[in-house]
Amino acid sequence: MSCRKRCKREIFKFAQYLFRLITGSLNNDSVEDELELSAVRHRPEGLEQLEAQTRFSRKELQILYRGFKNECPSGIVNEETFKEIYAQFFPQGDATTYAHFLFNAFDTDHNGSVSFEDFVMGLSILLRGTVQEKLNWAFNLYDINKDGFITKEEMLDIMKAIYDMMGKCTYPVLREEAPRQHVEVFFQKMDKNKDGVVTIDEFIDCCQNDENIMRSMHLFENVL
Amino acid sequence: MAAGVAAWLPFARAAAIGWMPVANMPMPVAPSEKNKRQDELIILNVSGRRFQTWRNTLDRYPDTLLGSSEKEFFYNEESKEYFFDRDPDVFRSVLNFYRTGKLHFPRYECITSYDEELAFFGIIPEIIGDCCYEEYKDRKRENAERLMDDQEDNKDAKLPNMTFRETMWRAFENPHTSTMALVFYYVTGFFIAVSVITNVVETVPCGSSPNQKEVPCGERYTVAFFCMDTACVMIFTVEYLMRLFAAPSRYRFMRSVMSIIDVVAILPYYIGLVMTDNEDVSGAFVTLRVFRVFRIFKFSRHSQGLRILGYTLKSCASELGFLLFSLTMAIIIFATVMFYAEKGSSSSKFTSIPASFWYTIVTMTTLGYGDMVPKTIAGKIFGSICSLSGVLVIALPVPVIVSNFSRIYHQNQRADKRRAQKVQKARLARIRISKTGSAVQSSAFLHSKRNGLFNEALELTSSIDEDQRLSKSTSLLESQHHHLLHCLEKTTNHEFVDEQYYQQSYLEAGMQNYPSRSPSLSSQDGVTGTCCTRRSKKHHKPLPNTSAPAHIPPLKHTHQLGLQELSTIHIQPLSTSRSSLNMRVDEQAPLNCQSSQITTAIISIPTPPVTTPEGDAHLPAGPAHQNVVKVSAL
Repeated sequence: MSCRKRCKREIFKFAQYLFRLITGSLNNDSVEDELELSAVRHRPEGLEQLEAQTRFSRKELQILYRGFKNECPSGIVNEETFKEIYAQFFPQGDATTYAHFLFNAFDTDHNGSVSFEDFVMGLSILLRGTVQEKLNWAFNLYDINKDGFITKEEMLDIMKAIYDMMGKCTYPVLREEAPRQHVEVFFQKMDKNKDGVVTIDEFIDCCQNDENIMRSMHLFENVL
Repeated sequence: MAAGVAAWLPFARAAAIGWMPVANMPMPVAPSEKNKRQDELIILNVSGRRFQTWRNTLDRYPDTLLGSSEKEFFYNEESKEYFFDRDPDVFRSVLNFYRTGKLHFPRYECITSYDEELAFFGIIPEIIGDCCYEEYKDRKRENAERLMDDQEDNKDAKLPNMTFRETMWRAFENPHTSTMALVFYYVTGFFIAVSVITNVVETVPCGSSPNQKEVPCGERYTVAFFCMDTACVMIFTVEYLMRLFAAPSRYRFMRSVMSIIDVVAILPYYIGLVMTDNEDVSGAFVTLRVFRVFRIFKFSRHSQGLRILGYTLKSCASELGFLLFSLTMAIIIFATVMFYAEKGSSSSKFTSIPASFWYTIVTMTTLGYGDMVPKTIAGKIFGSICSLSGVLVIALPVPVIVSNFSRIYHQNQRADKRRAQKVQKARLARIRISKTGSAVQSSAFLHSKRNGLFNEALELTSSIDEDQRLSKSTSLLESQHHHLLHCLEKTTNHEFVDEQYYQQSYLEAGMQNYPSRSPSLSSQDGVTGTCCTRRSKKHHKPLPNTSAPAHIPPLKHTHQLGLQELSTIHIQPLSTSRSSLNMRVDEQAPLNCQSSQITTAIISIPTPPVTTPEGDAHLPAGPAHQNVVKVSAL
């Protein structure tokens, strides 16, 4: 706002204040009602549609929704709530950065909130998807700016976020270079043509050839 | 974990897939859910009113009656429901606690019945949410005070072997205890009144002889008044000496306000006796007589209202101080203004600023004697402003004092509130424990890691049944959460350790810690970064990439290294016993009372000499050497 406009606005506010002072008006509910619209309520699509779009059964969707609605009665999760919830699982460290990346990965339409559909579709990929889909999702998580390439900086950010979750009291003591070294190892493994970025094909290729990773992809299948 | 957040654990575990491509090591096996049931509704019949809820809801708090297997005692086979013969209205709050994680205290409930229900269902009252906690504590305190008052009535009962001194003291403090005390009480009261009236009448002009001017009665009937005075003072002296004799702590008695008043009341008489001859100081002696009026304060022993008034004034000291201060400021301002305003006018009484003080005070308190009046127009304007502001300045603190008085009159001490604040801190600590706050979560994880190690060791020595006994102690939720944390450890090649072990290893190696953004909850932030050096001990290299069992020993070694520390740090176990709810986080709790789940085993590991986990906690300084260790537990 330009200086003149600001001055005018200030003077007007001061005049208003003087007027109210002299006439002794008591109520001061002037500006606060502009903020804070009533809580947004979001109702998810019907059970049948969700059943069709995801790989969950009806019962599983019911259980998921009950848990979701309990924590977020308004039907959507915003980033703050998401961070808080996720941080409760990692009490020793700081999970907020990683939760931020996770939030962006779940918020597929990038509207700043995760609705139940987003939530359940993400879970469907993670728990019931094929390995290809899971790897795709992981790549999407690492690719912060969603340009199709994972650069070293992006990976470093992700790595730092993961290491932050460990917190301070670890054994061996966490050193500053630990994430960077880990990123180096990762790039050595994944970046086949050594061009400094990892593309989705390199990523999927490499992961499919690594039996540790393939085995761990099936780790959480019986979560629900 | 909070009730609602437990529902998000599947999500957190699923999101852990994001770590998999980054990890260099294989992940631990997920805990199998052996007896995973479909979620079912259970019916709770409380005195005829049926409540229904999911079984999982009740399982959120395994330390309570409804969450543990204790409810099976109440299972009714014929009707396939759980029957509790308790109050259904209070049960509503109890069940809501499971549903929402917050315990509320309904205002219409009786505090004792509520407490009984909570005790029956194994819920500690400290969990009551902040919205209802103040009310709960107030009611509880009232109840306790009422009980104490009832008990105090019995306190006056005469204890069998009281010494004469104690009897006397009791008689002085509570006049209703015996007839003698009552008589004494009234006699002293009477004499106080007589003395005060004498002092007053002394100055009244009595009738005069026609040729003399009016003389006060004191000078006319000197002898009579003197005898009266002497009698009163003798009684007061005797009383004071008797109190001094009977007081349990004489020094404290002499310092108390009442005794000072007593002394000040009787001293002028004695000083007067001593100094009657000397004419020079008789003027001072007359002044001393003023102090005889303090005898009226002796009435405060006889009147509760006076005592409360005194107490009020003492407790409103800050308001009174504020009143005085603001008055002084206003007086100085207005006096200055009036002085300069009236300077011009002739024959003005406002000769100096201190002289104007008198005018200002009289005007501000709206007395308006009229002995000093402004004559100029400016003076009149400022004078009116002065009187208007005086009303405001005085009127503001007065209601505060008044309300203080009424509050103190009706209700009691602030010491209770201070005590309640101390309890508040203890309460927060207990909530943190019982709600499995992060301190316990992390320690529960560490504890289960230790248990898990014993598990692996036992597997090595092929004792299977202990294994089963160990694993059943953790609930499914806990084990899943621990698996998640374990995966994170594997991803980053670092392990979670507790604070003390971290400090030890830090101090040993003198390394710079990773600048993590948030401190762990139990952190003592005394350790700052120093320059970074690589740890020299070779077993601290990051664990290699294979999963060969040959590498389990180093892992165990590092944990055994910390076992002594962990043993003294040991906090809450994962047992389902309800008594653990009421335990405080005690960092010095020895391991032996908690390790009921750890069974005997002989482990051969390359560790420094370890005898028993419940023993000492001194850290072995040097590197490891081989040893066969018998680790026994209870």
